[in-house]
Amino acid sequence: MADTAVGAKTGPEHGGDPSRRDFIYIATIAAAAGGAASLAWPFIDQMNPSADTLALASIEFDLSKVASGQQVTVKWRGKPLFVRNRTAAEIAAAVKDDGAAMKDPQKDADRVKPGKAQWLVLIGSCTHLGCVPTFGGGEYGGWFCPCHGSVYDTSGRIRKGPAPLNLAVPEYAFLSDTKVKIG
Amino acid sequence: MSGHSTYEPKTGFERWLDARLPIVRLGYDSFVDYPTPRNLNYWWTFGGILSLCLASQLITGIILVMHYTPSADHAFASVEHIMRDVNYGWLIRYMHANGASMFFIAVYIHMLRGLYYGSYKAPREVLWLLGCVIYLLMMATAFMGYVLPWGQMSFHGAVVITNLFGALPVVGPSITTWLWGGFAVDNPTLNRFFSLHYLLPFMIAGVVILHIWALHVVGQNNPTGVDPKSKADTVPFTPYATVKDGFAMGVFLILFAIFVFYLPNALGHSDNYIPANPLVTPSHIVPEWYFLPFYAILRAVPDKLMGVLAMFGAIACLFALPWLDRSKVRSMRYRPTMKIHFVIFVVACCILGLCGAKLPDDPVIPHLTTFSVMGSDLNSFVWLSRLAALYYFAFFLIVMPFLPLSEKTLPVPDSIASPALSHPAAVPAEATAAPEMKG
Repeated sequence: MADTAVGAKTGPEHGGDPSRRDFIYIATIAAAAGGAASLAWPFIDQMNPSADTLALASIEFDLSKVASGQQVTVKWRGKPLFVRNRTAAEIAAAVKDDGAAMKDPQKDADRVKPGKAQWLVLIGSCTHLGCVPTFGGGEYGGWFCPCHGSVYDTSGRIRKGPAPLNLAVPEYAFLSDTKVKIG
Repeated sequence: MSGHSTYEPKTGFERWLDARLPIVRLGYDSFVDYPTPRNLNYWWTFGGILSLCLASQLITGIILVMHYTPSADHAFASVEHIMRDVNYGWLIRYMHANGASMFFIAVYIHMLRGLYYGSYKAPREVLWLLGCVIYLLMMATAFMGYVLPWGQMSFHGAVVITNLFGALPVVGPSITTWLWGGFAVDNPTLNRFFSLHYLLPFMIAGVVILHIWALHVVGQNNPTGVDPKSKADTVPFTPYATVKDGFAMGVFLILFAIFVFYLPNALGHSDNYIPANPLVTPSHIVPEWYFLPFYAILRAVPDKLMGVLAMFGAIACLFALPWLDRSKVRSMRYRPTMKIHFVIFVVACCILGLCGAKLPDDPVIPHLTTFSVMGSDLNSFVWLSRLAALYYFAFFLIVMPFLPLSEKTLPVPDSIASPALSHPAAVPAEATAAPEMKG
């Protein structure tokens, strides 16, 4: 340490080039910072969903249990999932409002699978702050969120209140006429 | 700050220790010989009361952890186990649950006292900021503690609060998933909240030490807002402040005991005695009373992101306060116009608290329908909260910086010892508030 300090004073010809010392400092700090940053990631990422939580991400559901006009709530990814067998009147009301002014405009046909208009599958989590809306409330014949008063229609589209988006339709597919796979 | 220490070790052991770790000296200088303004009133006792609250929460909390199970399957049952089976478990849990409310009562009084007497003004800005940090940590701790019993209110409160972060554009959904450790509030969420609920009180204790350190560097403010100038203006901390604080703590403990023994559930919500059910939200979801004003501000704004920003903005105003207030006079005792605004501000906060507890669309005056503005009837709690929220922000962003431009202040006394002689009518002209007096 003392040697190099003396060397630095006597000038570059003695191997004490200050720029070389700066390089050592910067390289050391960069290595330490890079190391700290890469170590920080595991400590942050450990809070993200674990492998077993991700593994439970899809379920199958038997539709024959749901009568016309009935709704079954199942738990999917920790959230309620509404599987609703809509009546002809509900579908008609939803289609009639396709052109109405909406916050998050979407046609009813885009929210169901082709030819399966009676089956509405929704994530039952209000897009405002995540409460569970109840069916049959509000003036649009659909869902009403008790927390902050968002009103959804029979297609699960947001019509009134603070929620910004329609009730989300999860990724799902019909495995047969009476069976769906969600997720 | 007393400047030099007057501590003199009396025994051989004290001398030996003082040369190695002068901790007795620190205690003596801070809590015995420390000069306090002679005119401190009872509003100044809440610092001591808050220390008591923190100590009580730490002790009862550590005991509760000995019996509580942090698991979505067992948390609710373990709380019932504490209430029914553990010896004196009911007492310790009620002390902890009501202690949180007492803590907030005391902190709100403490903050309003600082606001009224200008305790945030130079040179006490850092002292005030540290206090704001403590308040933020308290809110985080209280929120996570409320989740731990895993009742209906716990669960859905956690859903709503964590979803607030989902309002942020682009990163929102990733942040909420990260906070939850899954796709919804569930067992991983409960476990991390438990871990943090245990950690944060110790962080609060750490910031409290910084808060007291900062206090002892700049010295206490006092009801006149005039800095002590001579020995005549101060009295030693012991016995004057210790006895006064002790008496106030005794009175405060009576209030605490009334809640613990006679009204243990008055400040809670009965729905939290129903085990958490992710599939059903309680018909009326409200936070604990100490969050109601912020909750009302959140609901007052019809847009999701703007509502969240307004709520956080309400807290941010507190941090900015030392730089928002442009008045040269520290204490509102000498600011009659500001005093009126202060009263309106306190009323507005109480109205916001009331609105936060009500359904937004319920009418304020029963059975009266007026006309609808912005999708809600004018005679509704959502409109009342909009008006109160408007005043809340106006108080910080308009009144604080701009009122001093035209404000007529009363004469500020020369020193703490002199106000007895300085009644506004009797005061000589040269004693009136000169800006260079710095409060």
